[in-house]
Amino acid sequence: MTIRAFGDTAVLTGRSLRHIVRSPDTIITTAVMPIAFLLLFVYVFGGAIDTGAGSYVNYLLPGILLITVASGIAYTAYRLFLDLKGGIVDRFQSMPIARSSVLWAHVLTSLVANAVSLIVVVGVALLMGFRTGAGVSSWLAVTGILTAFTLALTWIAVVAGLSAKSVDGASAFSYPLIFLPFISSAFVPTETMPGPVRWFAENQPVTSIVNTIRGLFAEQPVGDDIWTAVGWCVGILVVAYGCSAMIYRNRVS
Amino acid sequence: MTAETAIRVRGLRKSYRDVHVLRGVDLDAPRGSVFALLGSNGAGKTTAVRILSTLLTADTGTATVHGFDVSAQAAEVREVISLTGQFAAVDEILSGRENLVLVARLRHLKNAGGIADELLARFALADAGRRRVSTYSGGMRRRLDIAMSLIGKPPVVFLDEPTTGLDPEGRMEVWRTVKELARGGTTVLLTTQYLEEAEHLADRIAILHEGRIIANGTLAELKQLMPAATVEYVEKQPGLEEIFLAIIGTAGGGREAARDGAAASDWKGRR
Ligand SMILES: Nc1ncnc2c1ncn2[C@@H]1O[C@H](COP(=O)(O)OP(=O)(O)OP(=O)(O)O)[C@@H](O)[C@H]1O
Ligand SMILES: [Mg+2]
Repeated sequence: MTIRAFGDTAVLTGRSLRHIVRSPDTIITTAVMPIAFLLLFVYVFGGAIDTGAGSYVNYLLPGILLITVASGIAYTAYRLFLDLKGGIVDRFQSMPIARSSVLWAHVLTSLVANAVSLIVVVGVALLMGFRTGAGVSSWLAVTGILTAFTLALTWIAVVAGLSAKSVDGASAFSYPLIFLPFISSAFVPTETMPGPVRWFAENQPVTSIVNTIRGLFAEQPVGDDIWTAVGWCVGILVVAYGCSAMIYRNRVS
Repeated sequence: MTAETAIRVRGLRKSYRDVHVLRGVDLDAPRGSVFALLGSNGAGKTTAVRILSTLLTADTGTATVHGFDVSAQAAEVREVISLTGQFAAVDEILSGRENLVLVARLRHLKNAGGIADELLARFALADAGRRRVSTYSGGMRRRLDIAMSLIGKPPVVFLDEPTTGLDPEGRMEVWRTVKELARGGTTVLLTTQYLEEAEHLADRIAILHEGRIIANGTLAELKQLMPAATVEYVEKQPGLEEIFLAIIGTAGGGREAARDGAAASDWKGRR
């Protein structure tokens, strides 16, 4: 049964990866906005932002990576919505396959697509002077955190795709997620913010994740931030996964 | 009893809030037969098909396919059915061949490529097989859609308005396919608004109206429902359309009669 579920998921993942290969513009458009932010903040605003020692591009990159993921997952919601609307999900669900494989295929595809976008953005950052002495274990930790973050956000995208009533609705949910890093430690140190904003910035998920990645790249101790970051990712993942499963099941009633 | 019955429905009810779509539907489709479910727009044909293909659960009542209950044994039901929904469910970005290979793989069949090529040839899609489906005409899409449903040779096939939107040639092709399936022992349940289609294809016809089956039987049986006077007056045998109108005239109430009249003349226009 579970072996079958893996097989079905693999076949359906192959299908949606093919969609991405045939419209590579989805990868490009995902990467364009974060790259624009990177250019804007490093070359325009960056000079006026005091982040202490170190180059601003090093300071900025972790937040930009999270923005990349937040804009990338909009396509997952969009593709899922189109599948539901076009009736192909009905076709799959009337076939003897594991029903969960339909969602997992979109989730795995999202991981692959976001990984490619992230690599593109890191490449641009390297050209702009981003440098890190991070070793293999630090890179693995960064990869792990970004994967967990992508998974968590992707399941939010699945909720959006399952419950959207229109194409616009299926991607609009990602705007607040893209905006969230602006009220965090991603662009400027939180110490400069007024009281309530600072409190929000320091206690929302992005700050702990950004601080962790920044610490790993800078070869500095990450302290408790990494556990807060992992806790947020796992928490969001569990809640969003639960909601998706419930909505998906209730569609058949 | 169930050995010969492919599809058995008893007292099926389904409402969407205050819209009572199915109000106690009973029907039996013998194995290897072509069963036509006939009804006007909004009669509940698609709702019934979705319940039978495990995409929707009924409020009350039972439905079994090959002896498997559609809600309690949904996985077993899915092993023996295939669904061609009212609107073509194909992947636009993939080619026709890739669509067929995809379904063959999901059905865990060996030689998915060979199966795909064979179906492309059979449905006159061989030349377009490697083109993206987004470039297909409506008729080509529908043919691909039906071809996808035949992969794995499921013994029960649901076709929801398979010929709507097809030109006469395309319709003849679908009709030929349905007859071929029936000859091979497949049970076909199709819904249609075309009386002519039911008359031409079906062994048994059920008319769904206001949530109930108001007539059910072979074409010959339905013909006996015609008022005798009309049969004597008209020289030719009455068509299904006349039978339908005669039944509706007695079964439907005043308010509904006007709507049905409009629907019926719409059918005439299409023929
Ligand atoms: N999800 C839904 N929510 C609310 N009402 C619905 C829903 N699905 C169908 N209905 C209603 O149920 C009734 C029957 O719909 P159904 O699609 O089964 O009819 P049909 O016989 O297939 O019609 P058509 O010939 O137009 O395809 C219609 O009045 C429709 O508006
Ligand atoms: Mg319908």
